[in-house]
Amino acid sequence: MTAMLEKPTADIEADVADILPEPVRQAITKVVGGKPVTMTPEMADAFGAELDALRERVVADLGERDATYIRRVIKAQRALEVGGRAMLFAGILPPAWIAGTAMLAASKILDNMEIGHNIMHGQYDWMGDPALAGRNFEWDSACPSDQWRHSHNYMHHTYTNIVDMDRDIGYGILRMSEDQRWTPYYYGNPVYAFLLMVLFQYGVALHELETERIRSGEISIADKRETLKGIWGKVKRQTLKDYVAFPLLAGPFAPWVFTGNLTANLIRNIWSYAIIFCGHFPDGTQEFTKEETANETRGMWYFRQILGSANLTGGKLFHVMSGNLSFQIEHHLFPDIPAFRHAEISQEVQEICERYGIPYNKGPLPQQFATVVRKICKLALPWN
Amino acid sequence: MFTQTKTLSLRDRVLRSPLVDLLTGPHGVDRYTELVEPTWTLGDCRAKVVEVCRQTPRSVTLILEPNAAFAAGPALRAGQHVNLTVEVDGRRQTRCYSPANAEGDRLVELTVGVHDAGVVSRHLFRNARPGMVVGLDVVGGDFTLPTQRPRNILFVSGGSGITPVLSMVRTLVREGSDGDVTFIHYARTPEEACYRAELGALRGVRVLHGYSREADAGDLTGYFGPEHVADAPAPDAVYVCGPPALVDAVRAHYPDASFESFVPPVFEVPAEASGGTVAFADSGVEVTDDGRSLLEQAEAAGLSPQSGCRMGICHTCTRRKTSGAVKNRITGAVSAADEEDVQICVSVPVGDVELAL
Repeated sequence: MTAMLEKPTADIEADVADILPEPVRQAITKVVGGKPVTMTPEMADAFGAELDALRERVVADLGERDATYIRRVIKAQRALEVGGRAMLFAGILPPAWIAGTAMLAASKILDNMEIGHNIMHGQYDWMGDPALAGRNFEWDSACPSDQWRHSHNYMHHTYTNIVDMDRDIGYGILRMSEDQRWTPYYYGNPVYAFLLMVLFQYGVALHELETERIRSGEISIADKRETLKGIWGKVKRQTLKDYVAFPLLAGPFAPWVFTGNLTANLIRNIWSYAIIFCGHFPDGTQEFTKEETANETRGMWYFRQILGSANLTGGKLFHVMSGNLSFQIEHHLFPDIPAFRHAEISQEVQEICERYGIPYNKGPLPQQFATVVRKICKLALPWN
Repeated sequence: MFTQTKTLSLRDRVLRSPLVDLLTGPHGVDRYTELVEPTWTLGDCRAKVVEVCRQTPRSVTLILEPNAAFAAGPALRAGQHVNLTVEVDGRRQTRCYSPANAEGDRLVELTVGVHDAGVVSRHLFRNARPGMVVGLDVVGGDFTLPTQRPRNILFVSGGSGITPVLSMVRTLVREGSDGDVTFIHYARTPEEACYRAELGALRGVRVLHGYSREADAGDLTGYFGPEHVADAPAPDAVYVCGPPALVDAVRAHYPDASFESFVPPVFEVPAEASGGTVAFADSGVEVTDDGRSLLEQAEAAGLSPQSGCRMGICHTCTRRKTSGAVKNRITGAVSAADEEDVQICVSVPVGDVELAL
């Protein structure tokens, strides 16, 4: 397992090791919305200390309330799942089909986002409950959770928005930053983006395969045997469950169960795609170079996380259904504290950012997503 | 009866079938059934508290009804221990206790002595009530009666060490032993002596009480010594359970005595890294703590545990710490209890540590 996970990133890790001597204390300036934002090393230290103190306060307060919260969400998800699947057995009646599909979609969204994604970050590891332990948890998605933990928790969260290191910039398929060199392949950017949206769970599942490196001939498919085996095992079980076993159990009503499951998976794919693309790609989010971030301090790391992320505004239900990834900035600052806490500290984080002159990117989903779509189309063209 | 067993096994077969596993995947059937009834789990041994009593001002007695998973496991013998798992303020805590019930009982009886700094014992004393669900696993242990029961037996216990010994005595009484059984129990005061009334009513057992803080109230004075057993016939077997001093005193007189000693968990953690032993148990490697993170020390020892960010955010390196104390360098939090998960990239040992790695 270890060997398999280390291989794809070995060269990146070697890169990092090469440039790892004493931290270079340099200021960083980024232009956000036409205005320069500068972070000096001294500011970064003070800024980092304030955020560390905030985190410490939350961690000291973790307890019963967090345990009750996540168990309540899990209970709701399982109830929606069982109820939705039961309802789909009566899916020949249109209202039952619609309700069943909606419940199953909601269950899958909760399972993947507020429950799976967050538990796998280790947000509830402090509870010591094996069923809520980040390193054991498996989610209702085509992506094997151990591969996700590597590509997401480690690579994406550590090297967030560093071009050529964070593979979440375009997922190896899309051009999402002007710093990615344009090739004619990218004329298809909007098409690939659309396909990724409807097939999102499979896109996520294939992420660790690093298809862009296979395409460029850097590695061969044989190097990815173990990864492929993991993906195949998970995809097989998920497919058997949703598209064979449950439909067959419904006997003559199999078609309604099949289409209900398909639609529920599609809704979950589109929803999670929209939320996730709004995390790092809306207008104003910044990318970084390897050189800029070679030896950043913790304060500078926080600075990068904030400039590279964007929040979504909305009501309480919206935040739960987005797995609180609508608080992407707080999530990237403190990925391992329970996500509903991100909502609670968001005011304070904003206030700290304001004092240091750091822009805090937020907006409603339609507006943020529109800027993402515009970026996807714009970057398809060679002159952008 | 026959039909019942048959339906049970049928239900069991269905729940354990690959089809149900696929349908309830990837979480597994237990993660659904436990939401209907927390003890309905195939994989996790759990028990429901059916009765609670506080016999003394410093103890709480729980009667537990174990679930089918527990019953399907290894049978509990008198004198052995179980791991009790409870959640206190959202955190899972596991402690080892010796049940007091007779061997073969369906219900498990635990008497927990309250320690002033005991997270679990104080929680149970305050909050245990019927209906509460706990984790319960058989751990085993060698402090047991031989299958061929000895005829003359001397039992000695101190404080909450009474439970495994009482379990043996209750087992012998139920079996109708006609041997000569002497039971000496030491407590601080009569009020703090658990099971005093029950012991008084035991037939065929000579029971003697000694109280360290109210010498006049008991049958014996002072700590254990040869004079306390002067009247009893020479025993074929001796069992002692209690604080280390009591165990030592009994063993000085009866070198062959079977014994079990317990020390309340240590809550004080030394402030500085200590040069303790760091054991990577799964790899069979031990090193002397040099103050670096557990991850760095493991790598220095030639191991290559999975790791990621090395700054405490990605949780790739999380491992089970089976015993010992470690300190998180980022948060300053100390993990002192056994069986806790720690992030090895930011944790440094505080004394001896054993890690499942």
